[in-house]
This record gives sequence, C-alpha cells and structure tokens, in this order.
Amino acid sequence: MMPPRKPSTALRDPAWLRFGLLAIALAFVAVFLVLPLVAVFAFGIEKGVAFFVSSLTDPDARAAIRLTLIVAAIAVPANTIFGVAAAWLITRFAFRGKNLLVSLIDLPFAVSPVIAGLIYVLLFGANGWLGPWLAAHDIKIIYAVPGIILATTFVTFPFVARELIPLMQAQGSEEEQAALTLGAGGWSMFWRVVLPKIGWGLVYGVILCNARAMGEFGAVSVVSGHIRGVTNTMPLHVEILYNEYQRTAAFAVASLLALIALATLVVKQLVGWRMRRVAPSEAA
Amino acid sequence: MRRRRHALPGFGLTLGLSLAYLALIVLIPLAALALKSATIGPLAFWHAVTAPRALAAYRVTFGCAAVAGLINLVLGPLLAWVLVRYRFPGRKLIDALVDLPFALPTAVAGITLTALYASNGWLGRWIEAAGYKVAYTPTGITVALTFVSLPFLVRSVQPVLEQLEPDIEEAAATLGAGRLTTLRKVILPMLWPAILTGFALAFARAVGEYGSVIFIAGNLPMVSEIAPLLIVAKLDAYDYAGATAIAVVLLLASFVALFLINVLQLWTVRRRSAETR
Repeated sequence: MMPPRKPSTALRDPAWLRFGLLAIALAFVAVFLVLPLVAVFAFGIEKGVAFFVSSLTDPDARAAIRLTLIVAAIAVPANTIFGVAAAWLITRFAFRGKNLLVSLIDLPFAVSPVIAGLIYVLLFGANGWLGPWLAAHDIKIIYAVPGIILATTFVTFPFVARELIPLMQAQGSEEEQAALTLGAGGWSMFWRVVLPKIGWGLVYGVILCNARAMGEFGAVSVVSGHIRGVTNTMPLHVEILYNEYQRTAAFAVASLLALIALATLVVKQLVGWRMRRVAPSEAA
Repeated sequence: MRRRRHALPGFGLTLGLSLAYLALIVLIPLAALALKSATIGPLAFWHAVTAPRALAAYRVTFGCAAVAGLINLVLGPLLAWVLVRYRFPGRKLIDALVDLPFALPTAVAGITLTALYASNGWLGRWIEAAGYKVAYTPTGITVALTFVSLPFLVRSVQPVLEQLEPDIEEAAATLGAGRLTTLRKVILPMLWPAILTGFALAFARAVGEYGSVIFIAGNLPMVSEIAPLLIVAKLDAYDYAGATAIAVVLLLASFVALFLINVLQLWTVRRRSAETR
C-alpha cells in the first residue's frame, strides 16, 4: 500500500512550474505596471526639479488644477449623498423594481466616456434639445464648467453606491433596530449608528470616486471645448502640453495625477486592512 | 417569538432622492441619445452605421479589445494564481499594483505608453530593432487596452481561488492525478465562470476606452481609428446624427457583453445549487 501523502506537498506545484509561472507573472507586471509607473515620474523630472515645479505653477497649469479640484468638490459629494441614500434604500427595504434600480445604477460603467460626453452635448449643446432655450436665457453648459461637472458626475455615478450596497447587505440592520428600540430618531440613528458602521467602506467608495473624477478624460474632453485657463482640467492640460511637444511639462502634470492614483491605492490597502481588522470584533 | 421589528425610516426620502438623481444625471441624458437616434430615420441611421470608415472603426475597436481580452484571459488568471498560492517577497506590493490601471487617469496611461513604445522609447527602440512597430499601429491600441483591462481578469478570478477548498485538490492527488492534471481538469473548470465574467467586463471596458488609446493609436481612418474617436471626429464636424448612430452601436455591444455576464452568473448559481442538491 502507498504511504499516505502529506496534503501540503500534494497541493504544491512542482518547482519548475512554480518558477515558470512566477517568472511569467513578474515579467507581465514589470512591463505593464511597474515600467509605466516609473516612466511617468522619470519623464516628469527629466529636466530637473526646477522645471518640474515651474510646469506645475504655470498659470494655465494652476487654472487646470483649480478647475479639477472644483469639479471633484461638486461631483464627489453629490454622488456620495446619492450613494448612501441608494444603498440604504436597496439594502433596507423590499420594493418592486429593485433589481432594475440596481442595474440602472451600474449603467454608467457600461457607457463609453465619449458617449457620456455626447449625451450632454445632445441635451445642452447649441443644436441640442435644450440648446435654443439655454441660448435665449444666456446659460452656457457645454464648453463651460457646468458641462464638465455633469459629465464627471455621470462617469463617477456608481462608485459610492456600488461599494456600500454589498457592505450594508452583509452587515444587516440589527444595530439600527436596536437604536430605534432605544428611542433614537431617524437622523440620530443615521449619524450615530449607520455612518460609523459603514465608515471605512464609505471612505473607500469616496476615494475611488474622487480618483476617477480628477482623472476623467474622455467625457470631459467632449464637453470642455479645451479653452485654456477656463475649461481645461488637469488631464486635458496634459493632452494639450503633450500635443504641443512640451513632453516634460506634460509628464510633470501627469506625475501629479499619478501621485493621486498612488495615494488611492495606498488608501485602498489601508481601508482593506482596517475592515479585515474590524470585521472579527463585529462578528463577536 | 422573535423580537418585534421596527420599520426602518427613510423609505420615501431615499426613494425620491435616488430616483430623481438617477433620472437627472443618467436617464434623461441617455433618453436624449435614444430620441436623437429615433429622429435620424432608419435609412440614414443604417448608412451612418455601415459606412466603410465606421465598419473599419468597429473592426479596430472590437478586434483590439478581443485580443487584449484574450491576453488578459491567459495572464490574468495566471497572475491571480501566483498571488494567491505562492509566497514571495513583494507579493503584497504587486497585489496592490494590480489596481493601478483603475486608478491611473487614462490620459496619463496614454502618453506614458506612447513614450515607452515610440521608436526612441525604452521599449520601442528594442522592438523596432527586432523589426516590429507598436506605437501608432493597431498593436499599440492592443497594448493600451491590455493595460486598462488588466485588473478585471485578476480581480474576478482571485476571490474564487481564495475560497477554493483544498480537499478537492487533495482528493485528486490521492487518486493519483499529477499536479498538471489537477490544475487542468479540477481547478480550471471551477474558474471558468469567473474567467468569462472577467473577460466580458474587460471587453466592455475596452470597447469604450478613449483616453489611453488615442495617443498611441496613430488615429489613421480605416487603419487605426477606434470607434470612440470616430464619435469625437463626427462631433467635431457637427455631425450629431452620425455620432449618435456610432454611439448606439457601441452601447449595444457593451450591453450585450454585460447581459452575457448576467446570464453566466445565473447559470453558475443554478449549477451550484444543482450540485449541492
């Protein structure tokens, strides 16, 4: 009879397979992830720190940074309020059409950014449905800041709701029931029980939403009109610099965007770590 | 008897807020697209959708998205396997880095990949010395789409691998299966639903991708022009009807991909419940 094998060796890939797969995986990661990330910063500082700083403090760059911050400061809170409300609605109540609502919330993820811009042009553009009315009242949406905010809000629409729905589904409503039993009102229950409970998931959703809002290119590019200093966001400023052969300046601004991306990844790791640490004590 | 449950507050408020906001930001603008396509007229719509330049753009978009999806279909699950099963220095760092294409703005990815693969770039100079060209060709488009859709396959397969029970593999080994046979005949079949879901997500994303592609693509009509760029070109020429027609085709493609995911998930759930019965 064969001696019983240890499970650990049975579950182990042979050494040649291990090294082979590891080598392929590392090569893939090196070429497609590490190299581009290193390149952004390397190209950004290739003309020295002084040039890097002057590329970021140039008036057009500063206007672009300001606009990006303004757009994110409106789109992200709006989507956050909606995300919390939609997640509460979907995870705490039973009603007809709930599945349809969930699908509709995800819809913007399936829409190309260019189409996200296009739909607002069709609605508010000079030849759009509301174009003549807007022109008569001297309101500019397309090729102006409101269009950029709307397009950004569309592409970042699902992020917070998507993060909260599975989390709140898993958490259940026991604590809320207890708070109500103890006589808490609706808002007091929301601020003292619900918000602390979903805290880290909410932070994560907001961070993802913000990263996309600051980095969005396609949708914003369609509605912006690329007016320097007025309707240029940071990604659009990168494009203009790059197309004008100001490569180093383009990569300097791109480095700033890449830093936001890296910060997003770090926060994701921290939040994941916090949620795993918190989860067992909640279960107890 | 169970504790009496309170009716939670806020149904009317959250329902009203959610529906109003959804209608304002998503549904009414999308309805504008549907209305516009309805006013074009079927014949003009058909002509716009089947023009040679449009057909070439679909070919480039769907072809490159499919090839990028296939590259990730092989390398994504492989990367997920390495991340879940092997222990090596830097594993957590790589795991975190997999989300980079989600977080990095597409324009930044676009100019960086272009600079890397251009003929004087870090990678481009070696590739051109070997007689190939990546930047400003459909190959470049495929590279950009592989980058942006990389996380989908890894992140859809990874949780399935993490939850895999070791006893099935042990049983296979006990019954005399070699490790490769176990991987191929036992583990891979369990991964297929996740792999296909990841592929469909990656494809849907890649079909609509714009920012990371336009810098590296060359954007030559009939050769290296993607469908989203054709929409922008038609908009720049004030051809709203033409732009709308192409947009409808692209949207339908994404919806079909996502519909297939739902069918797939339903099928997986059914199969699981049939197995446990």
